[in-house]
Amino acid sequence: MVGITSYGAYVPMPRLPLAAIGGGAVKPGGPEKAVANWDEDAVTMAVAAAIDCLRGVDRASVDGVLFASTSYPLKEKQGAALVARALDLRRDVMTADMSDSLRAGATALRAAADAVKAGSAKRVLVVAGETRLAAPRSALEPNLGDGAAALLVGAEDVAVVVAACHTVADEIIDVWRSEADPFVHAWEDRFIVDHGYRANVREVVRGLLAKTGLGPKDFAKLVLYGPDARSHAALVRELGFEPAQAEDALFGKVGNAGTAFAPLLLAAALEGARAGQRILLVGYGDGAEAFVLETTPVVERLEGRRGVGWHLARRAELPSYDLYLRFRQLLATEHDRRAGAGISATKHFRDRDDDVTLAGLRCRRCGCLQYPRQRVCFRCFARDDFERVRLSDKIGTLKSFTFDNFAGSPSPPLIATVVDVEGARLYLQMTDASPKEVQLDLPVELVFRKMHDAGGTPNYYWKCTPVR
Amino acid sequence: MNPHAIRDKVAIVGMGCSKFGENWDKDPQDMIVEAAYEAYEDAGLEDPHQQIEAVFCGAQYPSKGTAEVADALKMYDRPVSMVVNYCATGTDAFRYGVFSVACGMYDTVLVVGFDKPKDRGVSGPSVAVTGVRGLPATPAGWFSHCAARYFETYGAGREDLARIAVKNHHNGTLAPKSMLKREITVDDVLKARIISWPFGLYDCAAQSDGAAAAIITRRELAKRFRDDHVLVRALAIALAPDPKEDPDFDFLRWKPTVYAARQAYEQAGIRDPRKDIDLAQVHDCFTLTELLAYEDLGFCEKGAAKDHIKSGTFELSGELPVNTDGGLKTFGHPTGATGVRMIYENYKQLQGKAEKRQVKGKPTVALSHNIGGAPQACGICIVALP
Repeated sequence: MVGITSYGAYVPMPRLPLAAIGGGAVKPGGPEKAVANWDEDAVTMAVAAAIDCLRGVDRASVDGVLFASTSYPLKEKQGAALVARALDLRRDVMTADMSDSLRAGATALRAAADAVKAGSAKRVLVVAGETRLAAPRSALEPNLGDGAAALLVGAEDVAVVVAACHTVADEIIDVWRSEADPFVHAWEDRFIVDHGYRANVREVVRGLLAKTGLGPKDFAKLVLYGPDARSHAALVRELGFEPAQAEDALFGKVGNAGTAFAPLLLAAALEGARAGQRILLVGYGDGAEAFVLETTPVVERLEGRRGVGWHLARRAELPSYDLYLRFRQLLATEHDRRAGAGISATKHFRDRDDDVTLAGLRCRRCGCLQYPRQRVCFRCFARDDFERVRLSDKIGTLKSFTFDNFAGSPSPPLIATVVDVEGARLYLQMTDASPKEVQLDLPVELVFRKMHDAGGTPNYYWKCTPVR
Repeated sequence: MNPHAIRDKVAIVGMGCSKFGENWDKDPQDMIVEAAYEAYEDAGLEDPHQQIEAVFCGAQYPSKGTAEVADALKMYDRPVSMVVNYCATGTDAFRYGVFSVACGMYDTVLVVGFDKPKDRGVSGPSVAVTGVRGLPATPAGWFSHCAARYFETYGAGREDLARIAVKNHHNGTLAPKSMLKREITVDDVLKARIISWPFGLYDCAAQSDGAAAAIITRRELAKRFRDDHVLVRALAIALAPDPKEDPDFDFLRWKPTVYAARQAYEQAGIRDPRKDIDLAQVHDCFTLTELLAYEDLGFCEKGAAKDHIKSGTFELSGELPVNTDGGLKTFGHPTGATGVRMIYENYKQLQGKAEKRQVKGKPTVALSHNIGGAPQACGICIVALP
């Protein structure tokens, strides 16, 4: 019995009211979309979703990471290996990026299930993160949203059995992005919906139902990818499902999160799921991927996940469209975050355990936990007698802070903090917070974020954010 | 260790200080020559190239290293060395000079501290991004890290800091070589734009260019130069961990100052700093830095600084005047020059030549203090009349 043993989700805190696009007036309570903060991208959000998914899971038990994204910022250089390092997974973990298609998140789930079925891995983390960029004020812009989701696939303590799956592959120019282009493009909407989305999803669902002998009434939930709210609702009916069966596709709240969309909606569906429910999951892109999923009693015991609901409730409305454009580096500013030579690759190589994994060292002689990497203990001066301690999954407290208006930030002031993590002191920026929330001894959690794009590539480190 | 190894063995017989400011029209060469030749004249050196046997330089941003001083002064065919030690750079260069004389190697040496940060095109210190771990960080962002905890623990606030800025601005109006000569009010300080909380614009020292120089010699030879020479009583340097990484840091003090003060007071035999010291120049890169220095140097009890600020202890007419020339606040902070500039002020005050800013009574012992880096390094120099 192979299936999903845990799930997690991530929706970035900033929300852009759709009415604000292009600079319009905003009324409270209107439709909005989730947009990554300026220090977030597909990888950082994937790490956040994975951390949510891995709550209570021994990270050393993870054998593989499949990272799905069409918006991972590097063309050559893997995202999955970075995700694995940030999560402090084993060195012999199997990693691969599933990219280039909006279907990649669903395909990764299938590949993970196949790997576990084949016995080549026991636990595979499927994680999808997406920050697709539509051209400012384009027709596509209101529909796209940012988010991430993670599914842990295994054969023990399965919460959701992957009972059957079916795939169709298709060659169609509906949405695309060339190497040089930062923006997603689309052909005329009626064409791409009718001959892309509708045709492929219809075909894959019919195929799967034929294979399994099931009908729409056999499913508690339909978790269906959709390019926009209207096409999604129409296809639910066309497939023979009642609107109530369809998992809310979060248009007006999150938006189409690309490769992460179907996994994200699945995470939302699982948050309220009971044992013995059947779910039809459909991902779309250059064809379609459909799954029959069946929940077990384990699904009711997966507590403590933030999932989609928690993240939807945690929101901060962006005060202006300009600020969103600054976040995405689409407005020229005096200080370019891409300027500079970038970090030294050799220094990065030596500092990976500090910077990417956020590992501290505990002195074996006196017990003092310290950071960053030291050769000689701060307190007892013992040399090279440390054990490595993962700090990223711990709660810290604010020892000090300042609000720095002098340091360049897209959203000043920059909140600089010193955080105590079990005695170790970390000098960190605070993110997803306003100065009003900051006070001494505030509990904070640690989040993997982008520091800058110096040298034209993303440079990652950890920040702190108030525990919410 | 012998804490009295250098005590009173070396005398300052001449000092010079360039005008500090945004010296757009001056090279380091111009400022080094201005400071050194004032010192030559002050010491009455007839033939400096014969009499100066070695040169010790301090600079944080030198463009060509020791040659910058050797070329400016044509001091060749003798040792010229350069020291870097954060904001204590000038004090540390002076310290090496004193050691070289105290050990008997040289009779007379020149110490030059200088820096020229205003060629960098930014109004403050440049924002450092080192790797990914160094946040875009500014000195204001580093030195403010004691504020929240200190305020909460001792009930101090931005107004207490503001009074320090007001005091230093006042003193600066009386110093011919200061850059800022404008009285300000507590209200000006509180209403200024925030640079890095709790520091507004007026809580921050300015950036400036400058140079300062000292001629030092063996005590026995001092009278050949002048009768009113000043003796070097103590010199201390201490390092402490980066306060942002130190597992044992309490955010209520700066450890480097505490460490260096302990050394300096042992060397000088000082037991009650507020009584035993007549005036002090302390590092006021930010107002809180000066406040913490009052306590960390033992001028008052921990937590009591705000009461002494209110009662005027550290004002020009107070019990222990601090930053009599206006400090970094009005001189700006050309890193390598600052420590030597402070010794210049103490030297003038002990000689009774500080004109309008001359402290009352007859001061005999004066302290200067620098703290810099994250901050990690402190330098202290105590000078005294024979």
